[in-house]
Amino acid sequence: MNEMEDFNADMLDGLSPFYNDSHILWRNQLRRFLAQEIIPNIEEWESAGELPRSLHKTAAEFGLLGFGYPEEYGGTSKGIDPFHRLLTSMEMGRMGAGGIGASLMTHGIGLPPILAIGSEEMKQRIAPAVLAGDKIIALGITEPSGGSDVAAIKTRAVLDGDDYVVNGSKMFITSGMRADYLTCALRTGDSGSSGISLLLIEMDSPGVSRTRLEKMGWHSSDTAAIYFDDVRVPKGNLIGGENQGFAGVMHNFNGERLGMAAGCVGAAKACLEEAITWARQRETFGKRLADHQVIRHKISEMVRKIKATQSFLELCAWRVNQGETPAADLALLKVQATRTSEFCAREAAQILGGASFIRGNRVERIYREVRVNAIGGGSEEIMLDLAARQMGI
Amino acid sequence: MKILVPVKRVIDYNVKARVKADNTGIDLANVKMSMNPFDEIAVEEALQKKESGEAEEVIAVSIGPSQCQETLRTALAMGADRAILIEEDSDVEPLVVAKLLKAVVDEEQPGLVILGKQAIDDDSNQTGQMLAALLGWPQGTFASEVKLAGDKVEVTREVDGGLETVALNLPAIVTTDLRLNEPRYATLPNIMKAKKKPLDTKTVGDYGVDVTPRLTTLYVAEPAKREAGIIVESVEELVQKLKDEAGVI
Repeated sequence: MNEMEDFNADMLDGLSPFYNDSHILWRNQLRRFLAQEIIPNIEEWESAGELPRSLHKTAAEFGLLGFGYPEEYGGTSKGIDPFHRLLTSMEMGRMGAGGIGASLMTHGIGLPPILAIGSEEMKQRIAPAVLAGDKIIALGITEPSGGSDVAAIKTRAVLDGDDYVVNGSKMFITSGMRADYLTCALRTGDSGSSGISLLLIEMDSPGVSRTRLEKMGWHSSDTAAIYFDDVRVPKGNLIGGENQGFAGVMHNFNGERLGMAAGCVGAAKACLEEAITWARQRETFGKRLADHQVIRHKISEMVRKIKATQSFLELCAWRVNQGETPAADLALLKVQATRTSEFCAREAAQILGGASFIRGNRVERIYREVRVNAIGGGSEEIMLDLAARQMGI
Repeated sequence: MKILVPVKRVIDYNVKARVKADNTGIDLANVKMSMNPFDEIAVEEALQKKESGEAEEVIAVSIGPSQCQETLRTALAMGADRAILIEEDSDVEPLVVAKLLKAVVDEEQPGLVILGKQAIDDDSNQTGQMLAALLGWPQGTFASEVKLAGDKVEVTREVDGGLETVALNLPAIVTTDLRLNEPRYATLPNIMKAKKKPLDTKTVGDYGVDVTPRLTTLYVAEPAKREAGIIVESVEELVQKLKDEAGVI
């Protein structure tokens, strides 16, 4: 390989029992899609603070939005296994613009509760429009008073005739500014997890207001605080049974963790690629940066952590593919992955030096995204505690 | 007009190839494989000709083990109409490939065959030229632009020092260079639909071609490691080193 070429992390992959030609076919087409439709626009969308709706349409036509969803709602699920998913998240992570995946794929958390426990009428009404990129759906769980403690939700829905009347607020809602629908967890019963329902709220309903939240990273993803002031929601928008919402919320989490871990491995590889490319080109004190022992060690440490995380990730994906739900390992995997990407972002920034502090490169963006990965989708602290509980400790 | 596009399954362009421990070849066990990038450009060019109404059908053909089906599925997912797999487990040399392709051409009677100029595994850069010779057809190699005009095809070629445009009578052979086009991405629905498109499986026996190798590989080794450069003190020293050590002047 030419020393001056950009380093490609694929070079590190050796023989693997997990990938077949269909995985590589998909990865290569996805890579081409991202290179043509997304990567050239990253800086523009980061500045705009949100994704254009047209991207949802383009991604739907490519099949990315429908990826893994049933054919009857316009998705593509036959022949797709966890390794296709893993590669999808990894490739998107590799762009070093996590906000794009988070915001473009918000239906990945908003839609599954509907498909899992919603009525057939609701599935037919919502899913095809979302998977076609015509409508945007978000998930509303976290409130100003807390997130991971789902059982403590305060926003309330009270039945009044044929409508629920909703009062309260939701916080840190990804795609919240643009969302047409919100799959929203609300209190309809007593305290605790048995008093929670899921309600589909149409965001143009009177009494819904929203405020844009500015963030450290994920700039191309719009994030909102959402307020409900006597919002009337038809009873038919109840997802599943009343007070049965907790299971619907929990339904998402294991798959989400696998995807987030894969995204973090992709981001870590992006950092590695930038660091190695730079270290081989940059000369200091008469030799390449890559010839300084302190830099070589940094690179090897990054590779060591990436390989350990990817191996754990692939084994978890294999187990999920066997029908197992290794909840403790998926929680630990998420922590392993977020710490690896945080480590790699730091070390890559050190290797790039001043260049990593200038806006507009993958390392700089990823460095600002490590916090949201370590906190969102279950914080590291919650994950470690969950794993301990799952292990019966 | 039909366009025939031969495609080859090669080691994925991002994978670092490893030489087998016994130096007999490249280790391909469990290595990621995908379509030769020059062949993707060939598929794209054929599809563009079909979309502009200049061609009616695009047929992809591949020669190799049964896994080449996946490579053909890529071509079908991009938009090719049907595919032919000539199954053969042994390594086939460019002349064998060219003879098999000639047999396919005799059967299908395409007006144009578009091939990648070379495959990134062995970099032979021979198949297109050999096929043209076997068929007695004109060839336009290393194409950066392909324009159909009546019963002719104008091929702009990337040559040393500039561009050369040749006009060929159809039917003709074209081989693609990197700058000809940017291949499209196959959408996920089309990847899935491609599984239902016709894919005929043949054997080399069906075409009566002898696949016995005519070349012997003696030894395969990693390229020599690049050594660090040195800084010379003067022009005289440079000339002396080029003369005595490099032996180039």
